Amino acid sequence: MNAVLTFRDLTLGYDRHPAVHHLSGTVEEGALVAVVGPNGAGKSTLFKGVVGLLKPLAGRVELGNLRPADIAYLPQAAEIDRSFPITVFDMVAMGLWRRRGLFGGVGRADRAKIEEAIAAVGLAGFEARPIATLSGGQMQRTLFARLLLQDARVILLDEPFTAIDARTAGDLFALVQRWHAERRTVVAALHDLELVRTGFPQTLLLAREPVAWGATPEVLTPANLLKARRMCEAFDDSAAACAHQAA
Amino acid sequence: MVYDFLIAPFVEFGFMRRALIGTLALALGAGPIGVFLMLRRMSLVGDAMAHAILPGAALGFLVAGLNLFAMTAGGIVAGVLVAVLTGLVARATGLKEDASLATFYLLSLALGVTIVSVKGTNVDLLHVLFGSVLALDDPTLLLIGSITSVTLVALALIYRPLVLECVDPGFLRSVSHAGAPVHLMFLALVVLNLVAGFHALGTLLAVGLMMLPAAVGRFWARDVTTMIVGAVATGIASSVIGLLVSFHAGVPSGPAIILVAGAFYVPSVLFGRVGGIVRQLFPGRHLEA
Repeated sequence: MNAVLTFRDLTLGYDRHPAVHHLSGTVEEGALVAVVGPNGAGKSTLFKGVVGLLKPLAGRVELGNLRPADIAYLPQAAEIDRSFPITVFDMVAMGLWRRRGLFGGVGRADRAKIEEAIAAVGLAGFEARPIATLSGGQMQRTLFARLLLQDARVILLDEPFTAIDARTAGDLFALVQRWHAERRTVVAALHDLELVRTGFPQTLLLAREPVAWGATPEVLTPANLLKARRMCEAFDDSAAACAHQAA
Repeated sequence: MVYDFLIAPFVEFGFMRRALIGTLALALGAGPIGVFLMLRRMSLVGDAMAHAILPGAALGFLVAGLNLFAMTAGGIVAGVLVAVLTGLVARATGLKEDASLATFYLLSLALGVTIVSVKGTNVDLLHVLFGSVLALDDPTLLLIGSITSVTLVALALIYRPLVLECVDPGFLRSVSHAGAPVHLMFLALVVLNLVAGFHALGTLLAVGLMMLPAAVGRFWARDVTTMIVGAVATGIASSVIGLLVSFHAGVPSGPAIILVAGAFYVPSVLFGRVGGIVRQLFPGRHLEA
């Protein structure tokens, strides 16, 4: 097995306050990992650390032989200007950026791929619609179509099914399973424990400190979940510098 | 009759032909720039930047008189300096771009006024403030044409990341490092076009051919490309009609051009296909699906 992501005593945070505290472990190539934990547990922070939007306070993330281009990232609250006059087709076409770049033409084969991706998320017929007219669920489907085109080896999904109805979530989860079958690595932050138990073989339970990481049934035990719920969210401005030393 | 009214002024008078060519070139370059400024919610940035250019141009004027090169160089340096510092401060700190810009343009304006008052005022400064579209000489025309050419080529080069930076900057950051350089290049284009506009329309109205046509385009088009086409068409029509109005009615030509653009804007607000007021008041009966 080949590790694609390795966390080495990783601490991420803001203004010296840790949001992810001393996380160590690896994500294997082709793994399907759920990241579970209460709000404020550091799930989004962890993703930002992996894609390099946040510099570690301590420790590091090793990307193995991944190039940054191999990681696709769907943030929880994408900073998308929904009023911008752009169509679903063009929005999805951005997924080709890494292969077409600044000037590469979008040829007939690419157009077919884009239409295929739009159909795969159930939005066939929406190609010419401006994104301003989409519902929340349709927007999420559009972003998944873009992820499909990105063709990345590692896919990070930050609460992809939050505020999405059951049918849309089901359709989009089918895409996650398709990626898993294609040996892509998928790491998703989720709150739906039922979905995690049935669909995700591995789970990282995070409550600022990593509570447990491993096979889902062994991680999501009542004892572990209780421990995660006891996490204190508040920062302590007078907290002493962390004395924990890397092993 | 029609010929006398529409064509003859441009055939008979060289200064009208020059003014026409200058403003047409301006409309071509400033239109798309204005559309992107508007879509990035930076409409007032153009205005602020035009003010930032003034002290630089005034400095050039005081050093070398009404010298095209000195005033242009002064304006560009001041504009680029403010644009770059604004962008850097906004990106390096938490300060929002608008606040950052406000601080820099206020500072540069204050500095400019100080320099001017130290050297004493001059009547020619009116020329700097309100432009001289009917007195464009060859070098100035060449300058405006060059700026427009550079603008159109540069926009074609950075079009894709520029659109992406507007719609989904987070995604652009995750796939490429083009975001920051593209943003700075765009600001540089804004400055260049304002300097071009400043020679024809003066600092105070230079933004006019940038923002008014863009706002008109917004009311008629649902995608960026047609919006740009609409903005350029509005700019061109405003220039031609404005020059004719100024010729026949004997009013100053710079303000006439901007007023004609305003005359396109008002009915667009009222009757525009996309979000016009009449459309909103009388949308017609609702559809079945």
